Amino acid sequence: MNNNATTKHALRDSLVFARRNLEHIRQIPEKLTNVTIQPLMFVLLFAYVFGGAIAVKGGGYKEYLIGGILIQSIAFGMMGPASAIATDLQEGVIDRFRVLPTRRNAYMLGHFLAELAGMILMIVVLLGAGFIVGWRPHTTVVEFAEVIALLIVFASGTIWLGLWLGALVRSPDAVLGIGFVIVFPLTFLSNAFVPLATLPSVLQWIASANPISVLVAATRTLLGNPVSPVSKHVWMIDHPVPSAWMYSIALVVLGYFIAQRRYVARTAD
Amino acid sequence: MYDNPVHHTKTAAGVTSNGLGKRFGDLWALRDLHLDVAPGTILGLLGHNGAGKTTAIRILTTLSQPTEGSATVAGVDVVRNPAIVRQRIGVAAQQATVDGLMSARLNLQTIGRLGGMSKSAATARGDELLERLELTNFSKELVRTFSGGMRRRLDLAASLMTRPQVLFLDEPTTGLDPRSRNDLWDMLRELVREGTTVLLTTQYLEEADRLADDIVVLDHGRTVAHGTPSELKSQIGDDRFDVKVATNEDLDLAAAALSTFATGQATIDREQLIVTITAKDGARLIDIVRSLDDAGIEAVDATRRQVTLDDVFLALTSRPQTQQVSA
Repeated sequence: MNNNATTKHALRDSLVFARRNLEHIRQIPEKLTNVTIQPLMFVLLFAYVFGGAIAVKGGGYKEYLIGGILIQSIAFGMMGPASAIATDLQEGVIDRFRVLPTRRNAYMLGHFLAELAGMILMIVVLLGAGFIVGWRPHTTVVEFAEVIALLIVFASGTIWLGLWLGALVRSPDAVLGIGFVIVFPLTFLSNAFVPLATLPSVLQWIASANPISVLVAATRTLLGNPVSPVSKHVWMIDHPVPSAWMYSIALVVLGYFIAQRRYVARTAD
Repeated sequence: MYDNPVHHTKTAAGVTSNGLGKRFGDLWALRDLHLDVAPGTILGLLGHNGAGKTTAIRILTTLSQPTEGSATVAGVDVVRNPAIVRQRIGVAAQQATVDGLMSARLNLQTIGRLGGMSKSAATARGDELLERLELTNFSKELVRTFSGGMRRRLDLAASLMTRPQVLFLDEPTTGLDPRSRNDLWDMLRELVREGTTVLLTTQYLEEADRLADDIVVLDHGRTVAHGTPSELKSQIGDDRFDVKVATNEDLDLAAAALSTFATGQATIDREQLIVTITAKDGARLIDIVRSLDDAGIEAVDATRRQVTLDDVFLALTSRPQTQQVSA
């Protein structure tokens, strides 16, 4: 078999695996809660409950909010792939797949593709919900396309990170706890929901260096929405768009590498 | 039966292993396993829990790496070319490995497609196997609603999807009712007639006796016997006498009284109060009963019977609840 045929074969296998995830969703539609209702809930919560208490210069809070919610929801999106693979590993089904003549990557790639479809659905839901509560982009078509591309690359990175986490934990129950501990401080110690200047000085430094702040700032910049003024000048937060690309691509590469490695180690004995 | 055009020599297409061993920490789960399974035959790996059966299967099916030794399956080295081995084998593990959130039909379709079949071929083969395993009526049901026996049958169907040359079954009849078990045996015999090589593990002697062409008995990872069922039986001697006594004290007395009729050791089952001996040539039941009488031992029952694999198993492997004494 030449390389081309192998790649084609691997892709076909991945799609068969991805189809399996979609079938799971068809059987248990609640599985989609985390990429539909949950982000929607956050939009409504921040737009109408907390939003009134947070003042933002250069536009209403709803304009400010969407960039933060998009990045936060994508970051929390790592839980889905993590619990999917952790469940497979706990049930014997993984051994069945491992004795099939598929490319070793195909299984993980299948999970990745299915989860990416879920993330894209979530981005659409969030933008739609934002539109309904009064958010508007003030940007060119090219910049809008760039922000969508950036979000998809960042989502790819968090999915690989999630697959790594899922292959790391010994039980699917552990995913939620560990995932929360990783994602919660990262997203809330950032400019996602509040302007950086409102934080104590030390936290301003930390939040300015936080990749989540950079991604949020890049999203807002590209959408033409108000950006939190920079008080502590870290290079990344001063140049959010190239930095966000850098972080996202690095996360994809790193996440892919550690997820594959962890999966191989986990299934070897 | 063989879809594969590659020519195989007779031994190459079955299963062979040479000094195969697997160590977990300080414990050797399997040691020095030598197999030579001819194509189109059934090998039974017999042993208690923890004897090394599953470890052997996991290595031969490429799921686990051996610590030492080598093995070939369908003519292909399992360590060097696991990807090719996977194209030629079917595996049904002890734990049913089917996806509970998909229908039986979609499970098989998925396995077939991942095994390289086209969608229509996978669907057709899946339906054929569902029919053969009497699951057609449940083909659209979610597998998580299936009973244990149904799951195992579906798992077997999954292992047969790609028409494997070598089939590995880890305790395939555990948890099956007698009728399903007999159906499964018939099906395995049919597969073997068509040229499939089968390697199965079992704790049930009857299964090994009825089904296997060759038996390897494992105990604590070691091979303690290897041969056809009749070879194993003749290896440990002729007919048996079972004598059931009334009291525990009579057991040792009976064993002593029976020693003149026995070759080798008497086996004492203290729970059932039965002494078993291997009959010497010319030993008669009537003489045994008389000598017990003379010794003042009350025999509740005395029978002569042919050797079973149970005797082989008891003689070869260590079990805590029975005790062997020198006659």
